[in-house]
Amino acid sequence: MKQIAIVAYQQTDSVSDAGAVNEVELIMPVLARTFKQAGLKSAQDVGFTCSGSCDYLQGAAFAFVAGVDALGAVPPIKESHVEMDAAWALYESMLKIRMGHADSALIYGFGKSSPGELPIVLSQQLDPYYLAPLWVDSISLAAMQARIMLDRGLITERDMAEVVSRSRRNAMNNPHAQLSGDISPEDVLAEETYLSPLRKADCCPVSDGASAMIIATVEQAKAWGLPYVIISGIDHCIETHNLGMRDLTDSVSTRIAANRAGMNAGKVDVAELYAPFSHQEIILTRALGLDEGTSVNPSGGVLAGNLMMASGLSRIGEVFNRIVKGEARRGIAHATSGPCLQHNLVTVLEQGENA
Amino acid sequence: MSQPEILNQAFELGYTYTRSTGPVVGRFLTELKKRNIVGIKASDGRVVVPPMEYDPDTAAELSEFVQVGQQGEIVSFAWVKEPRAAHPMQVPFAWAMIKLDGADVPMIHCVAAAAESDIATGARVRAVWADETIGFITDIRCFELV
Repeated sequence: MKQIAIVAYQQTDSVSDAGAVNEVELIMPVLARTFKQAGLKSAQDVGFTCSGSCDYLQGAAFAFVAGVDALGAVPPIKESHVEMDAAWALYESMLKIRMGHADSALIYGFGKSSPGELPIVLSQQLDPYYLAPLWVDSISLAAMQARIMLDRGLITERDMAEVVSRSRRNAMNNPHAQLSGDISPEDVLAEETYLSPLRKADCCPVSDGASAMIIATVEQAKAWGLPYVIISGIDHCIETHNLGMRDLTDSVSTRIAANRAGMNAGKVDVAELYAPFSHQEIILTRALGLDEGTSVNPSGGVLAGNLMMASGLSRIGEVFNRIVKGEARRGIAHATSGPCLQHNLVTVLEQGENA
Repeated sequence: MSQPEILNQAFELGYTYTRSTGPVVGRFLTELKKRNIVGIKASDGRVVVPPMEYDPDTAAELSEFVQVGQQGEIVSFAWVKEPRAAHPMQVPFAWAMIKLDGADVPMIHCVAAAAESDIATGARVRAVWADETIGFITDIRCFELV
């Protein structure tokens, strides 16, 4: 099987409101920087293009098609889209390359969440008969998950505040972060509850932005003369949509995906976890069995900025950046989708020869 | 230059189809219309409310309905200080996972309570029915503390 590697990754800043900028205008500068990083001119120079976005954010069916305007898709290109985080667009692109239908691919994800009411928009991804008509929002579901953990003594509010504090402090070194600062756990605990038991700081912010990545076979990456990071494993797993039947204190699907992706075949220097709520970072860290030897969310994670439909791809991009800079040799990236960590994807990344 | 005329057309989004809810979801909704709550037995014997069509672990088709109570116990809850416009209540309330009497799996619905301090994990609640029931999950208007 051909080895596949990442050769370029770029993202926008995470901003709370991109203003009048439309999706195409969000995507185009990121694509331009990504092509430049890879020494390519346009989507004509890769074998496949796949994007991730959500029509519910734009509020119109097939709204994602407009995103293709950012590519300049003439002459025609091989293109696809997932109504999922762009981490899953990466997954589809890897299948395309492994099937021999392409040697390289451009992946991008974008979301402009600010015009709508994101937690309510996300209620419409739930069971269409039992939950969506109640408009139960994503933050309330996460709050119930956190309370189960608190009630059972699996975490304390202090543990959650420590996750937030570390995120804010790590994000001070992330130029794209929306929320950063020298915030102590005590500062977080001094905040009143927002959606009890959660404080506002326990929840990721609503952000606008986009990210993009170029992957290629190792042969192609070498031919391009680019530093590359090998994707040694990728897998995903989903749990039932019935929240009452899940063990919300664990992430079984993350653990299965990580095992299948080969996470445990070596040391994990860095892990970027898509945890939209502070307690979920603890669930994921435990589900994956990560210890002090792994730097968790050195970027600040999505508590520092959550590019809906792109944050999963960004986790992979963040690990790519660390390995290219020589700060890590091997790492994992996690992406999630659905309420309370329902659907999870794990990618294992390893240093290439000239990374 | 004169102001250009802005073209206007009224538009009402309508769906030209109806959808059958099937023998499991449909049965549950029909029972709600009669102010009754039923669950279904999963492969391992657990009673699931609202009923699922398939067992999430074994993928077996489920068909054994079970009558459950209209009262139950709060398994977890989230206190909504500032309800959103789409929420079913416009005064502070709780979302809760409620395990009804006779059920093994909690369901999610809203709970009316005057204050956060009134509600707790383990608290008993009962269903409050809408004035008119139409075979929809919102036939249960909310749950209230017993």
